[in-house]
Amino acid sequence: MTITSPTTQGRPAAGAAGAGKTVALFSTCANDVMFPQAPMATTQLLERLGCRVVFPKKQTCCGQPLVNTGYYDETVPIVRNFAETFAEYDYVVAPSGSCVGAVRHQHQMLADHAGDAGLRRVVDGVVARTYDISEFLIDVLGVEDVGAYFPHVVTYHPTCHSMRVAHVGDRPMRLLQAVRGITIRDLPDADRCCGFGGTFSLKNPDVSVAMAADKARNVASTGAEYLVAGDNLCLLNISGVLRRQHSGILPIHIAEVLASTEEAS
Amino acid sequence: MSKATQVPVRRAGHTDLESTRRTPAPPAGDLIDSPRFPVQAKVELGNPVQRKNLHHAMTTIRAKRTKVAAELDNWEDLRLAGEAIKNRTLRHLDQYLVQLEESLTAAGTTVHWARDAQEANAIIVGLVNEALGDAEGDAREVVKVKSMATQEIDMNEALEEAGIAAWETDLAELIVQLGHDRPSHILVPAIHRNRSEVREIFLEEMGRYGRPAPEGLDTEPANLAGAARLHLREKFLRAKVAISGANFAVAETGTLVVVESEGNGRMCLTLAETLISVVGIEKVLPTVEDLEVFLQLLPRSSTGERMNPYTSLWTGPTAGDGPQTMHVVLIDNGRTKVLSDPKGREALRCIRCSACINVCPVYEKVGGHAYGSVYPGPIGSVLTPQLRGVTSPVDASLPYASTLCGACFDVCPVRIPLPDLLVHMRHKVVEGKKAKAEADGLKGLLHPHAEPAIMKATAQVLSSPKLWAAATAAGSLGGKALKGRVAKFGPLPWPLSKWTNARDVPIPPTESFRAWYARTHHEDGSLK
Ligand code: SF4
Repeated sequence: MTITSPTTQGRPAAGAAGAGKTVALFSTCANDVMFPQAPMATTQLLERLGCRVVFPKKQTCCGQPLVNTGYYDETVPIVRNFAETFAEYDYVVAPSGSCVGAVRHQHQMLADHAGDAGLRRVVDGVVARTYDISEFLIDVLGVEDVGAYFPHVVTYHPTCHSMRVAHVGDRPMRLLQAVRGITIRDLPDADRCCGFGGTFSLKNPDVSVAMAADKARNVASTGAEYLVAGDNLCLLNISGVLRRQHSGILPIHIAEVLASTEEAS
Repeated sequence: MSKATQVPVRRAGHTDLESTRRTPAPPAGDLIDSPRFPVQAKVELGNPVQRKNLHHAMTTIRAKRTKVAAELDNWEDLRLAGEAIKNRTLRHLDQYLVQLEESLTAAGTTVHWARDAQEANAIIVGLVNEALGDAEGDAREVVKVKSMATQEIDMNEALEEAGIAAWETDLAELIVQLGHDRPSHILVPAIHRNRSEVREIFLEEMGRYGRPAPEGLDTEPANLAGAARLHLREKFLRAKVAISGANFAVAETGTLVVVESEGNGRMCLTLAETLISVVGIEKVLPTVEDLEVFLQLLPRSSTGERMNPYTSLWTGPTAGDGPQTMHVVLIDNGRTKVLSDPKGREALRCIRCSACINVCPVYEKVGGHAYGSVYPGPIGSVLTPQLRGVTSPVDASLPYASTLCGACFDVCPVRIPLPDLLVHMRHKVVEGKKAKAEADGLKGLLHPHAEPAIMKATAQVLSSPKLWAAATAAGSLGGKALKGRVAKFGPLPWPLSKWTNARDVPIPPTESFRAWYARTHHEDGSLK
C-alpha cells in the first residue's frame, strides 16, 4: 500500500487530518462481494490520511433492497444487526451515497415500524454518526485535497440517492476538482436517473434499460476515459450498457480515484 | 414524418354503440382493468413518435419550471407554507368542509355530497336533466372545463349513457376526446400527440361532432388552435349547462377557483345558465389569503409561468351576470380512506400541478397510458392505488413504477414525500401478497407468490453475520472458478436475463473485501 507523503509534494499536509480517529468501515454488501476495490480504496485513502480503519465483521447490509421492495418486517433484523454492529463507533463510513442514504432515511422509520423504542435509540445514535466517504473527508476531516493523482479524463455521475437522500451535495465534485492531473468533463443531464432503482431494474427491465441507454449515451458524448460515481450499482448499470456497446469507457468509484497517487500509478 | 411511423388514432371499442353515441367513444374497457405497468410500459416504449414527443415536451417544460422557481428567493418558504396550510386543512377537514358548505349555501350555491363515483354521477345526471328540462337532440349537452375530478368518476360516459353529450373544451382534452383516446398527462392531456396527428384528428373527426375543420388545415399551431376555436365556439354559445372542477374551494367565503391557461374554461364558467362544479373534498382551503401561496406555487410548478393566464374566482351566482344556478358536488371517492392513513394522507396535499410527472424519468419514457390511471407519474403511482386499493394487477404494480430517484419530491410545491409514499405503498402491496400467500397455503410458495419467500430467505442471510460471511466466501469461489475464462457475463438465465439482455456484467472478483481486509489487517485496524 502506498501512503502518499504530502509534504514531499509541497502541498498542504492532509496526512494528519485523520490522526487519532478510528473509522468503522461499512463496506456495503454489494461492495464486499462484487466491488471490493471501492472499500479497499476507502481503507487505503483513510489510512493515508491518518485514520485507523476497522472493519466490524458482523456487518452485512443496510437493508435497502428489501425495504424498497416493501418488505418492512424482514428488514428490521437487518437494521438491528447494523445498529448493534456499529453502535460503539464514533464514525461509520461507507463508499456509497445510496446505502448511507438508506441508513439515514429509513432505519428510524423501520425501528418505529417494529415498535422498538430501544432499537430506535440505538439507531438514532448510529444514524447521526454514519457518513458517505465524501462527507467524512470534507465535513469531519476537513480536507478537499486528499493528495490524489489521477491523470485521466473523467465525467462524474451524481447518483440519485447520494444527491437526494444522503444529500452529499457538491462534496464529491470538490474532492475530484482537487485531484492532480484529472480532467473533468461535464456530463449532460447529469441529474437524471440512470434507471437502476434496485429491484426496479428487474421489475421494469424495459424502462430501466431505456433509461440506462440515455445515460450511457450522455456519458459517451463526453469523451471521458472513466465514468466516476459514488455508487457501484449505478455504475454497474450504466457500464453494463457501455460495455455492451464496446465504448471503452471504464466505471470507477470515486474512492478509487481519490486513493490513486503518483507512487501507485 | 413518414406515414409509417405515425401513431394510429386510437379507435373506439364500442363500435356497435357508435351509431347511438353522442360523443366520440373512448377506448374500450375500464382503466382499472389495464395491464400491469411493466406490460403496458413495454408497449408504450415501442412507440418512437410518442417517445420523441414526450422527450421534447418534458425537457422544455422542466427547464421552464426550474427557471421560474429559481427566480423566487423564497421558493422554499412558499413550499413549506403550501405544505403547512394543506396539512392544517386536512387535519381539520371535517370542520372546514362544514364551513365550506355553509358559505357556499349562503352565497346561493346548492351543495351536494357524493360518497363515490356512482353517487356523484347520479347527482350530476339528475342536475343536468333538471337544467335541460325537455330539451331534445343537440340541446341535450353540456360543456366542460378541464377537470380531473370528472375524469376520476368517468362522468362523460355516465352522461353519455343518460343521452347527454359532454363536450371537452380544453384544447388538449378536445384533441383527446376527438381522437377516441385517453389523456396521458394531467395538465397537457394530448402531450403524446404531435401537430400532424392533431391535424389528422381534427380533419377526420370535427365534422362528425360539430363544425368541421377548415379545408386545407395545415399543422401550424395557430391554425390548429383556430380550428378548435371555431369548433368550440358553436358549443360555448349553445350550451345551457357547464360542468367544471375547481382547483381550490375557499371555506371562509364559499369561493371556487379555477386556474386555466386558455380562457375556454372562463367561457364555460360565464356563458352557461347552470354551472355544476365537481370538487374533491381535499380541495378546500381555509381562507382567501391562503390563495396567495398557492397562486404562486401552482403556475410556476405546472406550466412554468410566473402568473397564471386565466384565474377565475366566483362566489355564488350574481344577478344578471353569468350562470344563475350553481351547484357544487363534493366528492369523497376514496379520499376519506386515504385520510385515515397517517402516512398515505400526505398525497392529499396534491394540487395537481404535474411537476412530479414532468420531472419523472420513468414517465418520460412511457407516457401516461402505461399507468392505467387518471393520474399518471409519481403522484398517480401513490394516489391511485390508495383511492382504488391495491387489489387489481395494475394498482399493485404502480408503486413499483419508479426508480425512487427522488426528483419528484424536489419539485413538488407542497412537499409530498413521493418516494417515501411509493415505498409505503409497496409495503401495502407486499402485505397483501403475504396475506394471499398464507391463504393459498402451499400453493403460495410457487409463482406468483415466490417473491415473499425469496425476500424472506434473503433477509435471513442478510440479518445473520454468519450466513452472510459464508455467502461472501461462496461468491468469490464463483469468481475464482470463472477466473481467466471470461471477462464478462453475457446473457444469464431468468430472472437475471432481465438484466443481461441489454447489459454486460463483469465477472465477480476472486476475493471479497472482508477476505482482503482479514489478510492485510488485524482486527484492531493495524496493518499485518
Ligand atoms: S404530487 Fe406535488 S408535484 Fe405532483 S402533481 Fe401533486 S402537487 Fe404537483
